[in-house]
Amino acid sequence: MSLIVAENIQKDYKTGEVTVKALKGLSFEIEPASFVSFVGPSGSGKTTLLNLIGCLDKPTSGSLKVADTDVLHLDRKESASFRGNNIGFIFQDFNLLPVLTVYENIEYPLLMVQSFPTSEREKRVNTLLDAVGMTEQKDKYPDQISGGQKQRVAVARALVTNPKLVLADEPTANLDHKTAYMVIDLMKKMRDEFRTTFIFSTHDQKIVGEAEIIYSLEDGELKGRDVKKGVGNA
Amino acid sequence: MRNLFKIAVRNLLRYKRRTMLTASLITVGVVFVLVFISVSGSFKNMMIGQITDSMLGHVQVHRKGYVASIENLPLTLNLKPEEVKRLETILDSQSEVEAYSPRIKFGGGFSNFAETTNIRLNGVYPEREFKTVPLLSSRIVEGKKWIEKGEVVVPVLLAKGMNVNIGDTVVVVATNKDGSVNGKQFKISGVLESAVGPGGRDGYIHIEDARELLRMDEMEISEIAVRLKEFGGLNRFNQKLSGLLSKDLNSQGKPAFEVHTWETLSPFYNIARMIDVMTFFIKLMLIAIVLISIMNVMIMAVYERIREIGTIAAIGTLPGKILSMFVIEGFCLGIAGALIGNIVGVSIILLINLLKITFNFGQQTGLLLVAKITPPDLIFISVTVIIVSVIASLQPAFKASRMEPIEALRHV
Repeated sequence: MSLIVAENIQKDYKTGEVTVKALKGLSFEIEPASFVSFVGPSGSGKTTLLNLIGCLDKPTSGSLKVADTDVLHLDRKESASFRGNNIGFIFQDFNLLPVLTVYENIEYPLLMVQSFPTSEREKRVNTLLDAVGMTEQKDKYPDQISGGQKQRVAVARALVTNPKLVLADEPTANLDHKTAYMVIDLMKKMRDEFRTTFIFSTHDQKIVGEAEIIYSLEDGELKGRDVKKGVGNA
Repeated sequence: MRNLFKIAVRNLLRYKRRTMLTASLITVGVVFVLVFISVSGSFKNMMIGQITDSMLGHVQVHRKGYVASIENLPLTLNLKPEEVKRLETILDSQSEVEAYSPRIKFGGGFSNFAETTNIRLNGVYPEREFKTVPLLSSRIVEGKKWIEKGEVVVPVLLAKGMNVNIGDTVVVVATNKDGSVNGKQFKISGVLESAVGPGGRDGYIHIEDARELLRMDEMEISEIAVRLKEFGGLNRFNQKLSGLLSKDLNSQGKPAFEVHTWETLSPFYNIARMIDVMTFFIKLMLIAIVLISIMNVMIMAVYERIREIGTIAAIGTLPGKILSMFVIEGFCLGIAGALIGNIVGVSIILLINLLKITFNFGQQTGLLLVAKITPPDLIFISVTVIIVSVIASLQPAFKASRMEPIEALRHV
């Protein structure tokens, strides 16, 4: 069963009297444990689409199911709860909380979004710290680590609740190439280890090649879908 | 909850200078209020003490209608012996009463054989009077601090004006309630200063002399002054005594007695009220300081952390928890301000007491300022500051909790 089912979703933005059609009737399905990339130039609708999948925004029309839930009809609180339980986020600017250490940043969703017991929290955070290679830096604050390390922490934070889906909007945009590949490799490794679906957007052609399924977006429309050889539904 | 506090405290420490400035502002406000309350309270209590303990007593009981005509000191409105007895029986049975003193008050002429002037005299039982108004003896600045039969204690200005001294013989002339005039010789035993400033014309004689001078067949009393064991229980006792006496009716079927506290008998009550009003406004100012400073700092905090709010909202933090984070920040600021304010305020109050500052009130000079603050005052001020801090944080916190994560994440 597909993890994400989008049917004819549209998203319009009103700017004064002008209506901008950001997404024009997109339909697609994404299977669990996929490693998917949405690519396209700036303004093509990548971020808008990720925001809809991530329940941060609602489509103007169409239907969208994530993890078998019709996310169009979730209210504010239900959306927050759904995100907390099912979706992890990785941001372009890392968005770590500056007052929390690396350990506490990863622990945050377990503590403040879900209420895990201490022992379970410790186990999960330490596993992920180890997986992303940040155990040594666990007591450092975000301003004491590099950009690549921050994004590794962000990956760990996104995965700590064992979400079904991780959304990453331009996760490598603020990283140098070497670090960017390392982060994408890490995401892949995490996908393999935790069977989590990763969807990321990028306009970096070299990074795009790392995805297994690539959706091309242009002017709010899906222009193509490339599947790498050897991937299940190719 | 512990984690919310941890995040709140760390966020406050993130902008140390701003947090310190805000906490300092609250601290200054709290200190100012505490010192004002303690000093003004001390002055007020001293003033009330001077008036009640040297002149009025805490409560006075008169025949109904007497106070309305008190300037005339009407002998026709004196209490009859049976009424006095009834009152004494009631007062004797009240555990709150420390002492009470019956008085005959009347106006008369005071002559040194060369000239005559007016005087207001209080006929008292010395022992009972000195127990009821214990500071009376300290007002006797010359002569004997007692009143024997045949002696008069005269006000200082009258003594000076009439050029009379201790041991001199004078004559007091008074009109009794039938309209006939009688005179009696007295020896000046003491000179009395006024409790509230120059111009006092009240003198004291023994109550038996007053009765003789006014040619009373039986002892008729103008008023009974009552001193309570606990001044704090004044209003409660007033209500209780008024209730007990309300059953005593006169021939017209109206209450025979009227009970007044010092507040309704002394114009200085208005000064005491003014001090209370000033204290109230000072407290309002504190509330305004806390409200504005906390609200300002929390609005800034929300504005500066919009992307962080977007992040935590995106990863699933519920609006209620986001609201709590900011409210707790305001709460912590309030706690810090109140705590430091209390410590500094109490220290300053202790310092004031160590410096032994004195002030003058009326004729009384060198009264020691005893600044005092009670635990309920400290608790009230602290709780007010904390509650206002929370209220001031609510609007910015609510705004933060209602932010759309997508818009917050877009914020630059």
